[in-house]
Amino acid sequence: MVGMYLMLLHGYSQVTKDTTAFKRRKLQVDEINLVSSYYMQNGDHSAVQGGIGSEKVTDLANGLEVKWVGWDAHERKNTLTAGLGIDLHTAASQAFISKTGASRRTNGTRVYPSLDWTRENEKKGTSFSLGAYYSSEFNYKSMGVSAGGTVKTRHNGELGLKLSGYFDQVKLIFPSEFEPAYPMSGGGRDDEEEHPDYGSSPRQTYTASFSFSQVINTRLQASLLLDLVQQHGYLGLPFHRVYFTDGTDAVENLPSSRFKVPLGLRLNYFLGDKVILRSYYRYYTDNWGVRSHTASLEVPVKVTPFFSVSPFYRYYVQTAADYFAPYAQHLKADPYFTSNYSLSAFSSSFFGAGIRLAPPKGIFGSHLSALEVRYGHYTQTTDLISNVISLHLQFR
Amino acid sequence: MKKQIFRWALCTSLVSGVLTACTPVKEYQKNKLNDSEMGLSSRKVEKNELNFQTYREGAAGANGGKTGGGCGCN
Repeated sequence: MVGMYLMLLHGYSQVTKDTTAFKRRKLQVDEINLVSSYYMQNGDHSAVQGGIGSEKVTDLANGLEVKWVGWDAHERKNTLTAGLGIDLHTAASQAFISKTGASRRTNGTRVYPSLDWTRENEKKGTSFSLGAYYSSEFNYKSMGVSAGGTVKTRHNGELGLKLSGYFDQVKLIFPSEFEPAYPMSGGGRDDEEEHPDYGSSPRQTYTASFSFSQVINTRLQASLLLDLVQQHGYLGLPFHRVYFTDGTDAVENLPSSRFKVPLGLRLNYFLGDKVILRSYYRYYTDNWGVRSHTASLEVPVKVTPFFSVSPFYRYYVQTAADYFAPYAQHLKADPYFTSNYSLSAFSSSFFGAGIRLAPPKGIFGSHLSALEVRYGHYTQTTDLISNVISLHLQFR
Repeated sequence: MKKQIFRWALCTSLVSGVLTACTPVKEYQKNKLNDSEMGLSSRKVEKNELNFQTYREGAAGANGGKTGGGCGCN
């Protein structure tokens, strides 16, 4: 972390600020963001063991994002954002991909770079953007592309549309009792990476995201967000077991398509001179039978103009998917079955607080323009609990 | 079905009501709206929270974040 900080400072020392009135200029580093989080989870409804067993997970996630901004000859603002994320995780349930709990591989790494470009015409109030994304981990690869645009209305509003597609490959790592024979295997389930011939199955996700934001008065603004999401392909995970009422087990089986419709509303209100109310509500429905409501409220309190404390609370409730049943409750005649508790009926609470420090001349006069720390505690009625602590550093 | 239609109609009416309550706001009157914590998007520091919620809950989306490209999480 210290090394990255020194590297960023070195990078900034090469940047010369443009002080001319005319905006045309080449792309220059405008902002650098570092976000790191540590996540710890525990529960006893692991999908790997068919709805029982440890759900202990830890995840150290680190993301670096660099944003360049420039203006072209037509005074259009161009923004290029490059991101790189690296997650290091452990999951106790992975040991039970082997029936006996003997799988050695209980940790993994995910690497996910991204690139986004936006061209904004401030005179016309329009923007156009393109994006690309890639994610790679041992059992899952994903590639995504997106294109979108926004147009400002005459009355402090903005309409947006973004189309995106994700093209994923799920590696077919089955529970040991369903593992096909690997003629070139280096030594069975415990040597997963040595298998040269794991198959994979595709999954595609297509999304149309609509947004409308509106300034309502000098203190209140709102946005309405609607996503239409269509998924095709292998939508379960091959190492998730399901146990039937007769004691036998099988690999989770879910339909090969899913249509999701989340509709969200944000309302942000500046109350007095020191308090902001950030509220969010989402209704969600899909054709698997999941319906959910999400409501959250965050209240940043400005202790000084540049230092704020932000307690928050989020409540979530959902119905079960049509294909969910707990451990050993599925019938063999069921066409689709899962014991993944993320598709069960439950409610959850997430609460915590954050602090934000953003003095106008930087922290200690440096390029570090903002520092945020945030902690949250999450509980589900399925007995899953987790804690997450995040750090955001912004350099300008 | 009727209940759902009623809910959607109620939501649409509420949203329409809020939006029609708009008053003209000039650029120089936007100092509070332009505060960095008034942004109509998730905070960057929330990014990984949104990720874990996506994997531990059945619903996702309509928050300006990713809608696909998940991980092969346990």
